[in-house]
Amino acid sequence: MTAPLSNAAFDVFANLLKTRSGLVIGQDKVYLLETRLASILKREGLADLNALADKLRHLGAEAIARDVVEAMTTNESFFFRDDKPFQHFKTQALPRLLAARAPGVPIRIWSAASSSGQEAYSLAMILAEARTVIGDRKIEIIGTDLAREQVARARTGVYSQFEVQRGLPVQFLMRYFKKEEGGWRISDQLRAMVQFREWNLLGDLRPLGKFDIVFCRNVLIYFDQPTKAKVLEATAALMPEDGLLYLGGAETVLGITAKFAPLAGERGVYGLATSAAHGPRVTAGVA
Amino acid sequence: MARTCLVVDDSRVVRKVARRILETHGYAVVEAADGQEALNACRAAMPDCVLLDWNMPVMDGITFLRNLRQEFGPENPCVVFCTTENDMDHIEQAITSGAQEYIMKPFDEEILIGKLAQVGLL
Ligand SMILES: C[S@@+](CC[C@H](N)C(=O)[O-])C[C@H]1O[C@@H](n2cnc3c(N)ncnc32)[C@H](O)[C@@H]1O
Repeated sequence: MTAPLSNAAFDVFANLLKTRSGLVIGQDKVYLLETRLASILKREGLADLNALADKLRHLGAEAIARDVVEAMTTNESFFFRDDKPFQHFKTQALPRLLAARAPGVPIRIWSAASSSGQEAYSLAMILAEARTVIGDRKIEIIGTDLAREQVARARTGVYSQFEVQRGLPVQFLMRYFKKEEGGWRISDQLRAMVQFREWNLLGDLRPLGKFDIVFCRNVLIYFDQPTKAKVLEATAALMPEDGLLYLGGAETVLGITAKFAPLAGERGVYGLATSAAHGPRVTAGVA
Repeated sequence: MARTCLVVDDSRVVRKVARRILETHGYAVVEAADGQEALNACRAAMPDCVLLDWNMPVMDGITFLRNLRQEFGPENPCVVFCTTENDMDHIEQAITSGAQEYIMKPFDEEILIGKLAQVGLL
């Protein structure tokens, strides 16, 4: 039998996760440590989490620390998750951006916690469907995630039968996927529209460049308030005055930062507060 | 009035599973064990939606679908295939023959309900 997790060992994990990824875990989440770190224990030949915590206390445990942080991420994602934000992007944000930007200026879209890539590829499918109105305008989609395994999966773009049935209309499956041995592979056309990079939201975001549209969904929920505020404010700094931010269903900016304000009549869509003060923008088009 | 779904599958177990999920989401469910029974059921009372297996005795799913569309037009009822056939050829055949959606078995509540939502039936 393994010894129960000591308080000191729990603190090692809690501190590591909090500083490295922003993940906040309470004592009630010990079972999560146990299930998600089991394979690392096995690989390292360690008896239990106390032994792993010991190892993490020592210098030179960098590689393991990183594995622990990544193993503790929740990577669930699916195509067109919640549908609404994607509808809003397609029918409101995209037409307005196309009208507002000079043809030579690229439009940039960020999937800020892209996990296995479904969010970024959903956006790519919307763009592919809108080819005729977009013409040869340059639109970039950047997906970033802290977890290397997820970034690699997203780049490969192969999904299980289960994954391609969550949120993905069959017409899009027919148009943009090919079946192969290990699952369903997304087309090269879509893969070429998206670039995936390893990136930590707690780090400096400025090298990523400016983004007109930011999907930052289902990741802030894991952070505490100050971390949420920090990430949102750093994100705001990457956006032009008419940029739009999309959050997940359980996330909000309210009570966290004054940099963003909800769009009138929309759930989960936010504009920069400075410009939101000038009235509803998305529906205004190019007045 | 509750939406109706005709569940067409030669497996009683599958029909039962589908029925349970659909009823939880407010559907009234009718069952058929093959395509011919399903066609008769549609002639008697047109459902809002048909959940359709492919391989069945007497009349298979794709033959049922073609007959259904020929007799009742291209739109209604909404047909969602639900089959172990999971290659692109079958999917394309189903859609070009007039199915609105396609589920590859095994399915669960999330997939079934998600697909019905996609075709606007939830
Ligand atoms: C639940 S997924 C969300 C995926 C997608 N945005 C969606 O809504 O379906 C959360 C992702 O956030 C990533 N993540 C967590 N903390 C992060 C951080 N500090 N920096 C970058 N990515 C992080 C995790 O690796 C995980 O893949």
